[in-house]
Amino acid sequence: MSRIDQIFSRLRAKGERALVAYFTAGDPSVEVTEKVVCAAVENGADLIELGFPFSDPLADGPVIQRASQRALQHGMNFERLIRLIELLRARVQAPLVVMTYVNPILRRGGGVIAKDLVQAGLDGLIIPDLPPDESGELGKALRQSGLDLIYLAAPTSSPERLRLIARRSQGFIYLVSLTGVTGARDQLPPDLIQHLRDLRAVTKKPICVGFGISTPEHARVVGEWADGVVVGSAIVRLIEEHASSPDLIRRVGHFIQSLKAPLESRGSGSGARGSQNTKSDPGPRTPDPGPPTP
Amino acid sequence: MTPLVELEQAYAKAKKNPVFRRRLNHLLASYAGRPTPLTFAGRLTQQLGGAKIFLKREDLCHTGAHKINNTLGQGLLAQEMGKPRLVAETGAGQHGVATATIAALLGLDCEVYMGEEDIERQALNVLRMKLLGAKVTPVASGSRTLKDAMNEALRDWVTNVRTTYYLIGSTAGPHPYPMMVRDFQSVIGQETKRQIRAVERSLPDLLIACVGGGSNSLGLFSPFLSDHDVRMVGVEAGGLGLASGQHGAPLNAGSPGVLHGSYSYLLQDADGQVMAAHSISAGLDYPGVGPEHSWLKEQGRVEYVSITDEEALEAFQLLARMEGIMPALESAHAIAYAAKIAPKLPRNQKMIVCLSGRGDKDLQVVSQALERRGSGFGVRSESD
Repeated sequence: MSRIDQIFSRLRAKGERALVAYFTAGDPSVEVTEKVVCAAVENGADLIELGFPFSDPLADGPVIQRASQRALQHGMNFERLIRLIELLRARVQAPLVVMTYVNPILRRGGGVIAKDLVQAGLDGLIIPDLPPDESGELGKALRQSGLDLIYLAAPTSSPERLRLIARRSQGFIYLVSLTGVTGARDQLPPDLIQHLRDLRAVTKKPICVGFGISTPEHARVVGEWADGVVVGSAIVRLIEEHASSPDLIRRVGHFIQSLKAPLESRGSGSGARGSQNTKSDPGPRTPDPGPPTP
Repeated sequence: MTPLVELEQAYAKAKKNPVFRRRLNHLLASYAGRPTPLTFAGRLTQQLGGAKIFLKREDLCHTGAHKINNTLGQGLLAQEMGKPRLVAETGAGQHGVATATIAALLGLDCEVYMGEEDIERQALNVLRMKLLGAKVTPVASGSRTLKDAMNEALRDWVTNVRTTYYLIGSTAGPHPYPMMVRDFQSVIGQETKRQIRAVERSLPDLLIACVGGGSNSLGLFSPFLSDHDVRMVGVEAGGLGLASGQHGAPLNAGSPGVLHGSYSYLLQDADGQVMAAHSISAGLDYPGVGPEHSWLKEQGRVEYVSITDEEALEAFQLLARMEGIMPALESAHAIAYAAKIAPKLPRNQKMIVCLSGRGDKDLQVVSQALERRGSGFGVRSESD
């Protein structure tokens, strides 16, 4: 059982949802990333997603694009990423996942860089431009390295594709909430719950929803149906706005707390906010799969 | 992935549909002005004293470049698929203009993404697109050129995929785009084959075309690929020289990688970060290249060379003075290589150069470059 599997089974047993917190590694520096990640874990983040910056981040909106550019300008590279993972692994228990694009991984030999990352303490990899049916030799090499390969499902994915993605994805399945790129949105897409049900109908694996999730209220609504939520741009923007402020760590910690509160186990009713891990509540956790909707 | 699968299916269906093909052929003839002539460059041939040089005149297409061949095909396909909105990326602006043109022709909405740097150097094409009713959206990210415009167009497409058709202008991007664009452009080579046979009663010995993403070159080359006696040369942007690192020549000086959904040669650093390309011609200012070119290079079927900014500028003037034709700076790269190699070939050999576009859009860039060199004509544009 991988570290990611363990965290989800532990959370499920407690009736709790996971908060996956995204940080662009090296924005503005490796040192700051290390500090904010530790603060995030202390304040309730269950999984950490580290974005390794790529020059052409196709799946990302303006906030993460800017963060990637800053990180690259400040010299972010694989050697620094490995060091960052080693530092974090020594300090936190939470699973660490890297999100990057296929070209950097390919350029560094696929399985070769994956082994270095595993050795440093990495648990999983998310590559939005590597579809499961086209991952071929690279996918095989990455899986052999021991990393969980997490695939993305989109609102446009057909039932057949959902099944393929669910079958291949390890650790959890990353459901993209909307058609589009990363970035905070005011509203959740109206058809999100339906997509969640469609995906739930074909898999028992944990499902985390990302893209556009930016407030505790979003987290609460999505948490009704999913095993976890991914928050990225809203956190990265906070870092962008307060990078040089002595207040940065406190602000990030506070924001993480507010996102995690509605994901903690609910007793009965809606008194979840702030309540500590009480007893488990299978609740709406795993809605009856029912027949897959066409 | 799903939208790409849908596109592939729609294209496969359209290709077999006689009504679609008839409509496309009709528009190519009555709207784009095809067939374009094959011109014998007599004075240039005489001056260089070697192989006979023919020019395939894509510069005479409506909108001034070969790009319209592809936008007509894909525009009709968008209509078949019921998509009311087109998005496109553009470098030099030729593809943007060609997309805006067919959007106007077919009554579709159109938004074109263009890097800020390209907007500056191709102001005239920006105006043309706007006059044609398209929205031109500046792209300020990354190197602010073609690759970044393509990133932004792709982001728009994934966001608005249900209503929007992404009209890629080159043989790059994810499958089925490289195949589809090649097919729509291969009308260039098909005509050329008929035309050279009519005047010379034989196939050419050599084909030359510039390669950015690679659409005019594949359009010319692909109908000749199985004619093993026909040599082909693709000319990449050498920029300030390959040794300078400032160029757009991934096939000559890059390594394999994935950009915009295809695996092909790429300008990149040791960590796979894509590096900015450089070329005097905005249309060749792209760090990647169509995947079929990479394959043709590895097969050894096509030879790839590079031509510097300086050489292209010389060729631009050479063709203007010898033949009364101003080539696009992109096409001037092909002319430059032709001028280099023609004197070394016997007089009975025939080479065909794809003149992919006309040079009007480049006058400001050319004027500035000549001024810098001190060989200008004292013509300064108002905006300088």
